[in-house]
Amino acid sequence: MNEVVLQIDGKEVKASADMTVLQAARAAGIHIPTLCHHEKLEPFGGCRLCMVELETRGRKSWVVSCVYPVAQDLVVRTRSERVDKIRKVILEELLAHAPNSPELTAMAKVYKADPNRFEMDPSFCVLCGLCVRYCDEVKGAHAVDFIERGADREISFIPEVASKECWPCQECFALCPTSYAQAAYFLTEALAFPGRRKASEAEAR
Amino acid sequence: MTRLRSAAELEQLRSAIVSSRNPARPCIAVCAGAACHGQDSQLVADALRAEVDRLGPAAGVELRVTGCHGYCAKGPNVVVNPAELCYFEVKPEDAADVVASARNGTVVERLVYRDPVTGEASARMSEVPFYKHQTRLLIGDNTRIDPMRIDDYIAAGGYAALAKALFKMTPEQVVDEVKRANLRGRGGGGFPAGQKWETAKNAPGDERYVIVNGHEGEPGAFMDRAIFTGNPHKVLEGLIIGAYAIGSHQGYIYTRHDSPQLIRHIEQALAQAEAHGLLGQDILGSGFDFRVELHFDVGIFVSGESSALMRSIEGLPPEPRPKYIRTSVAGIRDKPSNLNNVETWANVPQIIERGAEWYAGIGTERSKGTKLVSLSGHVVASGVVEVPMGTPLRTIVHDIGGGVAQGKALKAVHFGGPMGGSIPADLVDARLDFDELAKLGAPIGAGGLLVMDEDTDMVEVARYFLEWLTNESCGKCVPCREGMWQTMRVLENITKGQGRRGDIERLEDLNDVTSAACLCALGKTSADPLKSMLRYFKPEYEAQIARGEKRDDAAVGSASR
Repeated sequence: MNEVVLQIDGKEVKASADMTVLQAARAAGIHIPTLCHHEKLEPFGGCRLCMVELETRGRKSWVVSCVYPVAQDLVVRTRSERVDKIRKVILEELLAHAPNSPELTAMAKVYKADPNRFEMDPSFCVLCGLCVRYCDEVKGAHAVDFIERGADREISFIPEVASKECWPCQECFALCPTSYAQAAYFLTEALAFPGRRKASEAEAR
Repeated sequence: MTRLRSAAELEQLRSAIVSSRNPARPCIAVCAGAACHGQDSQLVADALRAEVDRLGPAAGVELRVTGCHGYCAKGPNVVVNPAELCYFEVKPEDAADVVASARNGTVVERLVYRDPVTGEASARMSEVPFYKHQTRLLIGDNTRIDPMRIDDYIAAGGYAALAKALFKMTPEQVVDEVKRANLRGRGGGGFPAGQKWETAKNAPGDERYVIVNGHEGEPGAFMDRAIFTGNPHKVLEGLIIGAYAIGSHQGYIYTRHDSPQLIRHIEQALAQAEAHGLLGQDILGSGFDFRVELHFDVGIFVSGESSALMRSIEGLPPEPRPKYIRTSVAGIRDKPSNLNNVETWANVPQIIERGAEWYAGIGTERSKGTKLVSLSGHVVASGVVEVPMGTPLRTIVHDIGGGVAQGKALKAVHFGGPMGGSIPADLVDARLDFDELAKLGAPIGAGGLLVMDEDTDMVEVARYFLEWLTNESCGKCVPCREGMWQTMRVLENITKGQGRRGDIERLEDLNDVTSAACLCALGKTSADPLKSMLRYFKPEYEAQIARGEKRDDAAVGSASR
């Protein structure tokens, strides 16, 4: 694969031409915050926290670095007044749902996001989709998926699949920035197959 | 039906149809467009049919059920050709008089247009104010065409442009013609169609697709349905010409699952075109092959967004994907895919037939041709309007639309539905032009024009649009899903008199980030209505917020006592 040279935060960075800006930055040790990105998963472009500023021929534009492809002589800024503002407002929007998420509160400090700026709606899930995509792309289990759309979007464990697949796996729990995936699983268990997991474990013993 | 194997055979068929028809023979056209249909135009058509049948063939009157005539406010519409007598609000009991009028050329006075002030009657289409200020290049044929009969379209010169493109032009020349005509996409962005075609044509790959976006999910937009339902072959002819130009052998029509009449007409048009050798293998004996598949939306607005639409055609959920690579390079199954909206395709045949110079002679410097506008809201005469680009909005609202309903004053005109913008009444002399209106903050979008009277609450309008958009967001990206929802909450509180200090800044920040950071055009442009309102109607917002602030202050005051 061809190699390109681009500039990130004033630093010359070499990258292979099939990389995204985020990959190139990380390979060069430059931090860009993300919430929905995971190196084992396809880029999603959902949280928009990884937006960076580009400058081409004196014109600025703002793109999502987890999906934007690198290019020769690209000039990238990972922080700017505009980038910081975008991240701040996005964090404030997410904090309305999950005010105590450690990942979000840590980022909120950096970007001076006010957790009480917008109307609270503690649904805890920030819909980064890590659980859904990990279960699909890495595990191939499809035990959890998105349901509904827009502001009504939720993650939902599918009882028939979850009752078989989830207990021995649980790998998505650790990926979740708010611990909601775990809670959602146990809620599904309590509602749809209470006691069934324990019974089958006892049987196996 | 025998397949046409050459341009000459098409021309023979056309002259055979034309010579079998007496142009002086009266023909009654009953509108079956969505609005008239909703006002039981079918019953009118049935009554007219019964009357024509009763009189028998000797009476020499023809009846045609057609697509939308345009003047929706006064439906059911009936036009008597060739005299172009326009009858409005026709009821089944008027059938005998209408048929008599067609036979002997008399005018049924009670059914003609009357000026609401002077009472002066206008019987002919060329005299009715709603029609006389229009230039009906695209929709004008609707009164002469039964959408279920390809013969009507061929008689009107249909598919001649396709024959010209196939036999007298190279694909490059066709692309060049569309480029020189400066046809800009009618779906919302106003992107030059010829340039898009060229990108798709030159993109690497041996397979490429052309697509009609017939989704038209925007509330207040109904012109695509009018043209597609009323004259499906026009759109199809444009698509086939585009396919030839781009080098595509597979086309897709993506349209609404919930418009049975539209679906019936498209299916019939596809079947008839194929039977005539205008679709399928070796079109008109030219050696060019092209097939079209019909796909339906899944009942969500964002499925009309180009990348979401293409995922939907692939059989996946219609979620937009980040478009750093254009769909004209990598669209359906990552193959070059050229998508244009219904109205854009409908413009293609006339550009090929009459030439780029003729087309570019209509309109403004950078917006060419005519534009279909869905005129609705607080306007006297709502309906589908077609005017040259560059027409002042005043002409559309006042001369064609008859002004604001109930004699009220105009407050604002809003273009582009929930992702458009509002401009105040004092800008009503602005011209219908992609760039001019975008600069003013009311981009044409697909062409839905909403008239708002003096009593309109602009906060409520923005709230309504946001509520609609919030329901239509797919929910994938944060600034769309959360940004719109929070914006809606703030607006809801303001309308309830519960505005708070900092609401304007909250709205501005939400709006700013939504328009900058969303994944697709739905999210990005969802900020536009509010942006235009904060630009022109901010004092109204501040006044409503102040009501809430006062209440807050009073509450604080009483608590401290």
